[in-house]
Amino acid sequence: MSALTTSHSATEAARNRKFGPLYSRNVRAVVARGLMATKSSNWMVMLSGFFEPVLYLISMGVGLGAIVGTVQGPGGGEISYAAYIAPALLAVSAMNGAVYDSTWNVFFKMNFAKLYQGMLYTSLGPLDVAMGEIFLALLRGLMYATGFTAVMGLMGLITTPWAILMIPAAVLIAFGFASFGMGITSFMKTFQQMDWINFFMLPMFLFSATFYPLSVYPQYIQWLIQAMPLWHGVELLRQISVGIFTPATAVHVGYYLVMIAFGVLLTTGRLRRLFLK
Amino acid sequence: MIRVPELVSKEESPAKEASQKDASVSSPAESGPPQYVITAENLTKRYGDVVAVDGISFSVPAGEAFGLLGPNGAGKSTTMKMIGGVSQRTSGSLSIMGLDPDQNGPEVRAHLGVVPQQDNLDEELKVRDNLLVYGRYFGLPMSYLRPKADELLEFAQLTDKAKSKVDALSGGMKRRLTIARSLINEPRILLLDEPTTGLDPQARHILWDRLFRLKEQGVTLILTTHYMDEAEQLCDRLIVVDKGRIMAEGSPASLIREYSTREVLELRFGSERNATVGTELEGIGERLETLPDRVLIYAHDGEAALEEVSARGLHPVTSLVRRSSLEDVFLRLTGRSLVD
Repeated sequence: MSALTTSHSATEAARNRKFGPLYSRNVRAVVARGLMATKSSNWMVMLSGFFEPVLYLISMGVGLGAIVGTVQGPGGGEISYAAYIAPALLAVSAMNGAVYDSTWNVFFKMNFAKLYQGMLYTSLGPLDVAMGEIFLALLRGLMYATGFTAVMGLMGLITTPWAILMIPAAVLIAFGFASFGMGITSFMKTFQQMDWINFFMLPMFLFSATFYPLSVYPQYIQWLIQAMPLWHGVELLRQISVGIFTPATAVHVGYYLVMIAFGVLLTTGRLRRLFLK
Repeated sequence: MIRVPELVSKEESPAKEASQKDASVSSPAESGPPQYVITAENLTKRYGDVVAVDGISFSVPAGEAFGLLGPNGAGKSTTMKMIGGVSQRTSGSLSIMGLDPDQNGPEVRAHLGVVPQQDNLDEELKVRDNLLVYGRYFGLPMSYLRPKADELLEFAQLTDKAKSKVDALSGGMKRRLTIARSLINEPRILLLDEPTTGLDPQARHILWDRLFRLKEQGVTLILTTHYMDEAEQLCDRLIVVDKGRIMAEGSPASLIREYSTREVLELRFGSERNATVGTELEGIGERLETLPDRVLIYAHDGEAALEEVSARGLHPVTSLVRRSSLEDVFLRLTGRSLVD
């Protein structure tokens, strides 16, 4: 019966780990579950998330770009319209993916699939679950960003090696939105409230200098848009895509670092409300 | 194979009688294993103005099968959630293996196995993967989990379904998988919230058999149910709960002794007659209970009571003499049936 003694020590060891009040140092189990579930059932959903920005890029960049011609990129150089909007679309897709994963997905898994209910009856704590879900969202963001950057390369929209940095920058953007999104979800009780998220995100997508420069707006609208997170993401990626860096680059990165810090604080502060009733 | 916790092997045979109440309701001593694996004092949970659990106190020694019997909405599930640390209590104290579940949720749950009222299996994973992934949540290594998962599939009679989707399982199979899953970490305490609700009789008996084996191996069982037969079969000791309060506490046999007679005579006179026949039956047996569909006469000797009924010239449509059950205890304590 040596199997019995081995199993004995395995469960004992698992019980004698160090635990926090809301944390069991076991984020990887949540991540492993997410990967396994993706492998067996979610990959179609994953794929559609990848194609969305690509379709935008083709229709707007190639189609609309034929009329628009070239536009002034960061640093004043002329670039094609497709090259102008591609980094913006990448920023939007990083935002959308992260927000979807951290709000709707979390809301559904919590209230309908009862997935977290099962997890939280194990020695996992709410912090393990939150960090695992955010990590998965970022992993997905990383894959999308890599794929999209590759498509940009194939379409001849990449002219500098700096462009590779768009990938980690997109993950930074996703992190900002994912950490905040999960905190916000902790306040949501119904589907109607969840719809407010879209109400906020769609205008941000359309007006954050995604398809045309900020200079078309009057000054006070510019300020409003510059206060929004997506604009910083769009500008950051646009600068990276042509390899031109200014002091503003640091401001954009700083904006996301602050957003991540606040988002993580908000989410951890609301953890009990988020997962425990 | 489920390990016998060393807690049990040493001392205390499971407490059988209500007299246990008087034993020191201790928080576990600093040295040595705790006497009680669960101690609740004045445990209260309010949701806004609604009081779900209203100051209940109980303690459970290691190895006991302890039941919470009561109708739906009595506060049983809420109590279970507080024990698991997934619902924070409003007031009172609660100690699981010497730990406060509100403060040490993950550590407390490392000792627990939980079978929730509604199956919450991971529908995105296959049957065997459900066990493996759940084990990972406890921080268990795959080298332990692979053989353990196969062993538990065997235990739950689901070996041939290992690679199926959870969707494809029947209700009974899902329930068994949920129970198998709850055993992946070899818990010392198993929480079962309405384990057999919605199962057919055969599936229930299979499940009961599995639970008996676990008990034999020294696992402490905490069980909520609104089925009296389940409580009688499985529980060493139970509390009867209604509207968030404890109405009575003891072993099934002692509760029946205390709150009911040995036998019950059930008479059916037809729905109109049932309500009026009461006065004519007065004096027979120790107590009379009139329900919409039948009249219950509580007596030490049911047959003798039935003879007396006939002697008074009363002729019920049907009559039945049976042993008293927990249902009668509940009726006596609350004036209502358990399952309406």
